[in-house]
Amino acid sequence: MSAQDVLVLAEIQRETLAEVSLELLAAARGLAAATGGEVLALVLSPDGARYAPSLGAADRIVLVDDPQLAAYSPEPFLAALQEVVAAEKPRAVLIGATSIGWDLGPLLSARLGAPLVTGCKAVQPDGDALRVTTSFCGGKMMAEVQVKASPAVLVVLPGSFRPDGQAGKAVVQQRKPASPLAAGAVVFDGWVLPEAGDVDITQQDVLVAVGRGLQQKDNLELAEELAGALGGVVCASRPVVDQGWLPATRQVGKSGMTVKPKLYLAVGISGAPEHQEGMKGADLIIAVNTDPKAPIFDIAQFGAEMDALELLPALTEAVKAKRG
Amino acid sequence: MKIAVVVRQVPDLIEPLEIDASGAALDLSSASFIVNESDDHALEQAILLKEAGGATVDVVALDFGDVDNTLYTAAAKGADRIFKVPLEGLPPPPRATAALLAEAIKPLAADLVLVGVQAHDELDGGVSPFLAAALGLPYVGVIRGVKAGPEPGMVTVCKEFPGAVMARMKVKLPAVLGILGADQPPRYVSVSRIRAAMKSTQFEERAVPTPPPEPLLSVCRLYPPVSGSRAEMLAGSEADVAARIAEILAEKGLVK
Repeated sequence: MSAQDVLVLAEIQRETLAEVSLELLAAARGLAAATGGEVLALVLSPDGARYAPSLGAADRIVLVDDPQLAAYSPEPFLAALQEVVAAEKPRAVLIGATSIGWDLGPLLSARLGAPLVTGCKAVQPDGDALRVTTSFCGGKMMAEVQVKASPAVLVVLPGSFRPDGQAGKAVVQQRKPASPLAAGAVVFDGWVLPEAGDVDITQQDVLVAVGRGLQQKDNLELAEELAGALGGVVCASRPVVDQGWLPATRQVGKSGMTVKPKLYLAVGISGAPEHQEGMKGADLIIAVNTDPKAPIFDIAQFGAEMDALELLPALTEAVKAKRG
Repeated sequence: MKIAVVVRQVPDLIEPLEIDASGAALDLSSASFIVNESDDHALEQAILLKEAGGATVDVVALDFGDVDNTLYTAAAKGADRIFKVPLEGLPPPPRATAALLAEAIKPLAADLVLVGVQAHDELDGGVSPFLAAALGLPYVGVIRGVKAGPEPGMVTVCKEFPGAVMARMKVKLPAVLGILGADQPPRYVSVSRIRAAMKSTQFEERAVPTPPPEPLLSVCRLYPPVSGSRAEMLAGSEADVAARIAEILAEKGLVK
């Protein structure tokens, strides 16, 4: 590998290749084309070969096999990643902004004393440096950051690049850690799946989504009435679930569900990147928010700058009147 | 169990964000600050562990902005000791903030350090894994819920994944956890309890050397997001907007 190469951490979530891995490959392809380097996809799994056919956009695929990599825990995964980065010396390491990436990106950066940029949405060469565009403050501010040192550890927001899942002729290399990986202080102990019984919001045509603008739990009733009039159900952004007003099965976004309804009516939701990740595939997005600069208006087809609590009763009545 | 909790202040995103004259930093001179949401959950989780099993809770915060009110609130919620780290100016970037906090936390000999997994004003976050590295402790983040056990010197956590799925993980202590959400929402405390805490709580100061500046990256410019498309904004009264939305939905066959 050369000092201009780009390493992508292909992430396995519950025995499935995470979509963001293909987005990272697209980002890496663009960067490597500009630097003249190669793209390396790294799979940390005892069963890595099964994911290689999906990683054809890479020039080379490295499969690291060790029993400690059967399920995610930070220390063995970090040790394996660090070893490969030390051996390959890439210009940049691309990691998804996921539950695993939020651990490994900063931890790798700390171990290597390497620069870290989170919330990345674009990256390009800038002379000998990299210029990284990143989103922060809940998507309300962007920054252009110059990174000179190598390797740059870039934690990339899912949805920032079009996935590149092409079949290719990537060279596949098997690799064993220099010494068997040790279990760390944090050990995987099983999956906890959502309780059955609640509605499946991923199967709904109409979703009325509520956010922080709901202000208090009692106001859920206003959203429920509108959802009822539209034949849909109520879902929420993370702060509402954090408050315990709705169960986690109703949460939309990075750490919740990904939904693609015919209608997504977002009331009192600012639209942070983590939320957009779970709903921007909706056919029709209508947003209501008091902040005219709320990022949700960037992806909505229609918007209204007003207090959602004022609008909800009027909208319920208007929908009922239309139904006749 | 000895628990240390980090509590940070972040700009309130309800207020408009301003960029300073350099074009490369936020102008926070007139910003209002609030407690970082995931830190508030970290504090709640610590108090819940204390209530469940008799832990002690130490809160550590960088001293700037309106942190005193946040810390009195923490005391009213049940924190045992409050430590403030003196600071000149605004908090440094996450890696340096973590170095400052680590120096203040080391003498506490905590079994468990709880920190919010992210703060929205971080470009190169987050503080929690960097703090773990600075303390030389194991780390796992994006945690929603912590229970003591199943063995002494251990906690069991739920790490959040997409689809409302959690990974249950056992963590040998000492360790640092990046908290996304507590087992229950942060509790409300009355103004009278906060006032009582103001009278009874003594902050302890932990002066630590300021780390050198970080040469690893430089911010070239900040700018508000520029969207390729923007929603068609509907104007008028609530009734006007409601009627227009109902019309749009009917046109698209979504009102039946």
